[in-house]
Amino acid sequence: MSSPIVEVQGVTKRFGDRTALNAVSFNVEPGDIVALLGPNGGGKTTLFRILATLLAADSGTVRVCGLDVDAAPAGVRRALGVVFQAPSLDRKLTAAENLKHHGHLYGLRGAELRRRAHDLLTRVGIADRSADRIETLSGGLARRVEIAKGILPGPRVLLLDEPSTGLDPAARRELWNQLDAIRRSDGVTVLLTTHIMDEAEQCDRVILLDQGNVVADDTPENLKGRVGGDVVTITGHDTPALTRRIAELVGTAPAVVDGSIHLETPDGAALIPKLAGALAGDMQSLTLARPTLEDAFLHITGRSFETEAAA
Amino acid sequence: MSADATATFADPTAASPADPRPSLALAMYSMWLRELVRFWRQKGRMAGALGTPLLIWVVIGAGFGETFKPAGAESSPGYLQFFFPGIVVLTVLFTAIYSTITVIEDRQEGFLQGVLVAPVSRAGVVIGKMLGGTTLAVIQGILVLAAGPLAGVRLSLASTAGALLFLVLVSFALTGLGMVIAWAMDSSGGFHAIMNLLLMPMWMLSGAVFPYAGAHSVLRALMFVNPMTYAVDGLRRALGAGAAHFSFTVCLIVTAGFGALTACSAVAIANRKSGRER
Repeated sequence: MSSPIVEVQGVTKRFGDRTALNAVSFNVEPGDIVALLGPNGGGKTTLFRILATLLAADSGTVRVCGLDVDAAPAGVRRALGVVFQAPSLDRKLTAAENLKHHGHLYGLRGAELRRRAHDLLTRVGIADRSADRIETLSGGLARRVEIAKGILPGPRVLLLDEPSTGLDPAARRELWNQLDAIRRSDGVTVLLTTHIMDEAEQCDRVILLDQGNVVADDTPENLKGRVGGDVVTITGHDTPALTRRIAELVGTAPAVVDGSIHLETPDGAALIPKLAGALAGDMQSLTLARPTLEDAFLHITGRSFETEAAA
Repeated sequence: MSADATATFADPTAASPADPRPSLALAMYSMWLRELVRFWRQKGRMAGALGTPLLIWVVIGAGFGETFKPAGAESSPGYLQFFFPGIVVLTVLFTAIYSTITVIEDRQEGFLQGVLVAPVSRAGVVIGKMLGGTTLAVIQGILVLAAGPLAGVRLSLASTAGALLFLVLVSFALTGLGMVIAWAMDSSGGFHAIMNLLLMPMWMLSGAVFPYAGAHSVLRALMFVNPMTYAVDGLRRALGAGAAHFSFTVCLIVTAGFGALTACSAVAIANRKSGRER
């Protein structure tokens, strides 16, 4: 078994009184696609900036390809491809020119650089627009140039901050196909931050960040498995009264999130008729679902992901 | 551990095709070229940069110089001739300093973040950008310099060569100064304030407007420590435009030293790893 390609150990970062990261530790295995999932303000972007060598941690160590980000930042930068959440392209330059200048900063040049840039622009499907200035491209197309720019230096690890920002669902799917293709063809390890559950679902592993802490680190399947069975959601006019009656019926107090009652149960199909019979007149809706990552987040942290994100 | 990592890098099957140590010269060239291409594509900037020398040509050529003569003063050598090196430096000051505003734009538009995560030495990026600004300032300086004969400045081969030397050095130094100021700023509004509070007084106290020799002792002290004084004086000596105060060598050393200092400061500031969130 190969050693981890990204190692994060006990990383803490404070901004004044606020602890953005609290003794965060995790490893990433080569070839995996790993999501740093958490609500906004959970510490994802701080961690991203530390991994990208842009921000120094207060304590702890971060290694990429065995190189320490503080001791050997140039080596780490060499191993990384970085795609920022905010655009990083020069809007006055064309797509091809952007790749050219970026390649120069990584020591690529001449015919080799031109060939590589052309291949990548072809791969992300915008070879025909490569002579157009970025300012004339749509957000989705510019995003593809960003991805191409991130991969251009041939990184061992591709780091992406909220890669789906500003993309419509079709563009998002396409992005994922590209990431998957890059991983397959080049064996690139992908580490991305996201607050989108669907995105995290598609990763090999999900590291759940909440209020600066790693609260879970597992496959999406295992995380959902922690909920233990099914999730039954009930809504009604008088939520507190409904909650009390459900607690009497099932023997445990359910969680109330955003006005709806969430009940984790090993066998939802058996519980539904019982609830339906007892509460028929007081309910507005009764749904049964397999657990989602949102349910897993609620199960693990005791708080709703959406509420957190909005806060 | 690090030996392992090096071995991984050298692995021919690894995805990385790039040189593990990107060339400083390549990064400098790339950033320099980008500055020129961006300038070329922003027609407003170009119009402003070319319009200034044109305006100076018109103003000088229209005999505006006559009004500079103090009443009863002898007609030669004339204040306009004395003032000419100051005009050249002022033009260069504006172009060089404003070209570094692009650092703030680069930060706001996000381009800078992509540069900062690249393995190349930041010295290459900073010096490359400085050389871009220097090139633009020198071109503009030459256009203004060409108006010299209108102001009574004779342009011989020797005087032109000497003036060009100072033009390049002062452009480089002022671009570096702009870079130092711009790197730490996140808005161009603050930059304009610095321009008015620091750079304009620097120019006014550089011997560009009134001579060093006759100034009040307090002003003389300020002028003595002002590096721009030596650029103006050197240019004046090279062009034979009025009485210069310092020797050519002193002016050359101070101006070159000023450039080296601002360049090193700009690189040092760019190399700081941020401990705060930006």
